[in-house]
Amino acid sequence: MSPSRAFLAFVAAMFALLALGSPAGADLVAQEDADSSTIIRGTLRTAGEDGEDVFVEDVTIVVTDEAGVEVGLAVTDSEGNWIVELPGGGTYSVLLDDSTLPEGVPLRSPENNPLVVEVREGASRATLFPLGEATASAGNTIEAVQLFVDGLKLGLIIAMSAIGLSLIYGTTGLTNFAHGEMVTFGALIAFLFHVTGVFGITTSLIVAAIISVIVSAIAGGLFNALVWAPLRRRGASLIAALIVSIGFSILLRYLFLYQFGGRSQFYPDYQLQKKYDFGWFTLAPKDLFIILFSTGILVLVGLGLQKTRAGKAMRAVADNRDLAESSGINVEQVIRWVWIAGGALAGLGGVLFGLTEALSWEMGFRVLLLMFAGVTLGGLGSAYGALIGSIIVGIFIQMSTLVLPSDLKNVGALITLILILLVRPQGLLGRAERVG
Amino acid sequence: MDWGSILDNTLRGLIGEQFIFFGLAAIGLNLHFGYTGLLNFGQAVFMAAGAYGLAMMVATWDLSFWVGVVVGVVVFPVILALILGAPTLRLRADYLAIVTIAAAEIFRLIMRSPSLDQWTGSSDGLTAFANRFYEFSPFDPGQRYFFDLFIGNQMWVVLVGWVVLAVGVFICWLLVRSPWGRVVKAVREDEDAARSLGKNAYSYKMQALIFGGMFGAAGGMLRAIGTQSAQPDNFVTEITFFVWVALILGGAGTVLGPVLGAAILYAVLNFTDVLLRQAVRADYIPNSIMSGVQVGQVRFMMIGLALILLAAFRPQGILGSKEEMALDDR
Repeated sequence: MSPSRAFLAFVAAMFALLALGSPAGADLVAQEDADSSTIIRGTLRTAGEDGEDVFVEDVTIVVTDEAGVEVGLAVTDSEGNWIVELPGGGTYSVLLDDSTLPEGVPLRSPENNPLVVEVREGASRATLFPLGEATASAGNTIEAVQLFVDGLKLGLIIAMSAIGLSLIYGTTGLTNFAHGEMVTFGALIAFLFHVTGVFGITTSLIVAAIISVIVSAIAGGLFNALVWAPLRRRGASLIAALIVSIGFSILLRYLFLYQFGGRSQFYPDYQLQKKYDFGWFTLAPKDLFIILFSTGILVLVGLGLQKTRAGKAMRAVADNRDLAESSGINVEQVIRWVWIAGGALAGLGGVLFGLTEALSWEMGFRVLLLMFAGVTLGGLGSAYGALIGSIIVGIFIQMSTLVLPSDLKNVGALITLILILLVRPQGLLGRAERVG
Repeated sequence: MDWGSILDNTLRGLIGEQFIFFGLAAIGLNLHFGYTGLLNFGQAVFMAAGAYGLAMMVATWDLSFWVGVVVGVVVFPVILALILGAPTLRLRADYLAIVTIAAAEIFRLIMRSPSLDQWTGSSDGLTAFANRFYEFSPFDPGQRYFFDLFIGNQMWVVLVGWVVLAVGVFICWLLVRSPWGRVVKAVREDEDAARSLGKNAYSYKMQALIFGGMFGAAGGMLRAIGTQSAQPDNFVTEITFFVWVALILGGAGTVLGPVLGAAILYAVLNFTDVLLRQAVRADYIPNSIMSGVQVGQVRFMMIGLALILLAAFRPQGILGSKEEMALDDR
């Protein structure tokens, strides 16, 4: 079996594993019809013993407008549904009265209560309060261990997205600020096939994810062929290319906003899962899958870079472009493959990120800053550095909530980025070189 | 179509408040990038520093307006420039880019954080710090001025803004033709050569970062005064790139380039904004293609597109010379 066939088989096997996970879905898709009145609605449910849906009744939800004036109140019915009619479009704050929640059903993320939502005039806005076993309620977990595992998961996702960023930097010298948008692209393409539907056909998340990775790879290749290769041929300087990448970052981000809207969304599949209890920590099946799957992918990427011809060529070009070219490596072709692989990995990272957190038009930009932190920590241009750096950054972000308020956890990571540059600018694995 | 309102808004973009705020920030960025070659992708954080410097001194700590002005234009930008510059100015140019864009996001997240609400007002921001400024206004708030373009308070902001802008251009002109200006240009062209002539490139870059940051802070502070609020989401990272487009459009490395660029940019942005809004309202563009909310997003796409096209095809902008501003590797 050739390496690429082996890779595909591995991916297929991993996805098959995912399919065995507990089935759970939630109707989280906002439906908008222009002629109805403006409402905020939602369904409260949690996972039962065997992962089945249990609707939560008699929970009070209060909606207030921007001035803090209460505009409506609702109590969930026997199917967990609640609806509040609004006087019009605008920004509202939705508060779930957690004292009315039944015993043993905490909010999964109490920091998102109240939830501030923007509602368009005439829209029906679905609002989600994920319920279920919050990590804190799981009895004998140790918070630091739990955060470490959560951080590992986040770090692996960052690493997957960041390898492309680092390889592109290594081979072409370009710091690609639009890489975050490649992450968003992957997540949204999967959403398109999974939820929105193409020609009226929707697929399961697994199929949508596979399609998304393929489309992302093609998009990465096209991005290089249509934009970066011509710029390189014209001899555009790196700074011009850097500014072009920023332009694309903004253009694409707002195109996503234009198409996708400003709300956060979720993949309906695998939303509510009962967590496995590992003693010191708990993990939802999907999170366990993400950790195993991304570790597998990263090992494969590592092996590919180390053992295959293409991988060796990539490292050679990253190491010394001129030397590689003079020893007969087709540099442009290597760069093409770096963009394709980088696009695929970024797209996959986006899908996984959307699976554990939420999808939004600007998710990629937030990931980009974390990728920068990871890549800088590991050493710009080194693929393994990007891997190690990203994992450290992910763990650091989650663990920092032990001392920092959770809304500042990313701040900690970015401040560390500045400190690393002060102490060891070449990163953990980078070559010490000084310009200026 | 109300062509009168379209013309009014275009004119307001050409000479009004937005042009002043961003013109000032672009003069600062010109000192960074145009003259010294620093890739500052976080001019928004300097603007925010100016806004919050004033707002926090007055609204949070009840100090005088003038203390706020000094803190906002001098103290905050200097501290910020030292923090951002110290680790990065010895390194390759893109490290400053990464750190400044990260800093802009850090600052915004900190200002938004509910845990600091009592000082920063979190996501609602701070208000009621600019009253002292408007007390000096000779204009009647109920009247319209200057071909009915501005109401009294706006007119006062615009008038002060124009004076500050003119002083800013003059200072910039003095700076770049001074010996100091020649050294930073030398650093931009060839840092090693400048160093071998005994110039401390690191120190000159730091000074340029500080001066440019102060201009950015002045722009941000005027913006906060003009809108009478300092809100974290007024200083999102994208704001930086409005400044970049203004600078490159006008011509980086020229004294008048950033001002010209900001004027043209805001005239174009306002023109398309109002035009689209009216077309949407009059149903010339069906709601399924573009809604009122989406009109606001078009200006960001235009900024992105402008950056791409300018950097790829006309990096010297309108006034710049190709030889001096070819966006070379530094």
